[in-house]
Amino acid sequence: MIFLDLFVAFFKIGLFSFGGGYAMIPLISEEIANHGWMNEAQFLQIIGIAEMTPGSIAINAATFIGFQTAGPVGAIVASLGVLLPSLLIILFVSAFFFKYSRHPLMKKIFFGIRPVVTGLIFSAGILIAKEVIFEVRTLIVLGVLLVVIKFVKIHPILLIVLAGCSGIIVNIF
Amino acid sequence: MFDKVIKLFMSFFKIGLFTFGGGFAMIPLIEKEIVDTRKWIHREDIIDLFAISQSIPGAVAINTATLVGYKVAGRIGAIVATAGVALPSIVIISLIAVFFREIADMKIVAWIFTGINAAVILLIFHAAIRMGKVAVKDWITGILFVVTVIVVIFTNISPIILIVAGGIIGAGLFYLEKGEHE
Repeated sequence: MIFLDLFVAFFKIGLFSFGGGYAMIPLISEEIANHGWMNEAQFLQIIGIAEMTPGSIAINAATFIGFQTAGPVGAIVASLGVLLPSLLIILFVSAFFFKYSRHPLMKKIFFGIRPVVTGLIFSAGILIAKEVIFEVRTLIVLGVLLVVIKFVKIHPILLIVLAGCSGIIVNIF
Repeated sequence: MFDKVIKLFMSFFKIGLFTFGGGFAMIPLIEKEIVDTRKWIHREDIIDLFAISQSIPGAVAINTATLVGYKVAGRIGAIVATAGVALPSIVIISLIAVFFREIADMKIVAWIFTGINAAVILLIFHAAIRMGKVAVKDWITGILFVVTVIVVIFTNISPIILIVAGGIIGAGLFYLEKGEHE
């Protein structure tokens, strides 16, 4: 049964991937190959779309693959499959974490973890920047945005909209 | 309570709708919405939630939404926030799947993304700097930050190992200081 297959496959993907959407890509690729749901070229296209559209890459990929293989119900089943392990684990982990979060040892543990997380986020910025560093048009938009945020306090969502519009303008000229 | 749950759903729906580039790109939006606008969680506490969400299995975006939802409004909050962050994806992707051929060939879509990429980079660095002000306080945390960046850029070592190592070093400091006091 296709819905059950989709659910189990994406539940497995959600359960065994650490480090977010990008780390999920190899696992998704393996499940797709095992079930023969689509070929490599189609898969790459889907990952591109999952990255380009708003939202989590994991849910985007699950929804798209579910939709392509089994329609709207497939999309919902696959998405539920990929997010359910997170939901179940966290409902358990959070209770434990919040109970002990004020303990001095826990505080020190997070004192050590925080700079690592800051480093992970900083590195994510560098890795994305590396991809577009030779895109002159993106660099022009980057310059414009830097000037804008230097002078006005701007909400992140507005900044994204402004960046999208600037993207169209630089490409016209 | 009911009011809070509705607000939680709307906040995460908005976050899901305006995040491009996955979980990490979501961090600045979550910070802005949950810490600055709604004032539900302190900046220090939200970094800890980001740390947990990267250390457990699953998508960073979903994990973060679930954790923040739980912290703000318990189990119901966890479910509502997760639904909120997932729903825009499910709707948008389903529409794209229907009109896939037409959309993929549109030039204007590529144009928009030459711009959005720049904003995403800027927002991520901005989040890292803001977080660094809270997280990097002395030479030990400074070294941890620099080592993390070097390891992530130049090796394939999993982020989980780095997070665990940071935690062990923190625990080590706890026992060292405890030893000094006794």
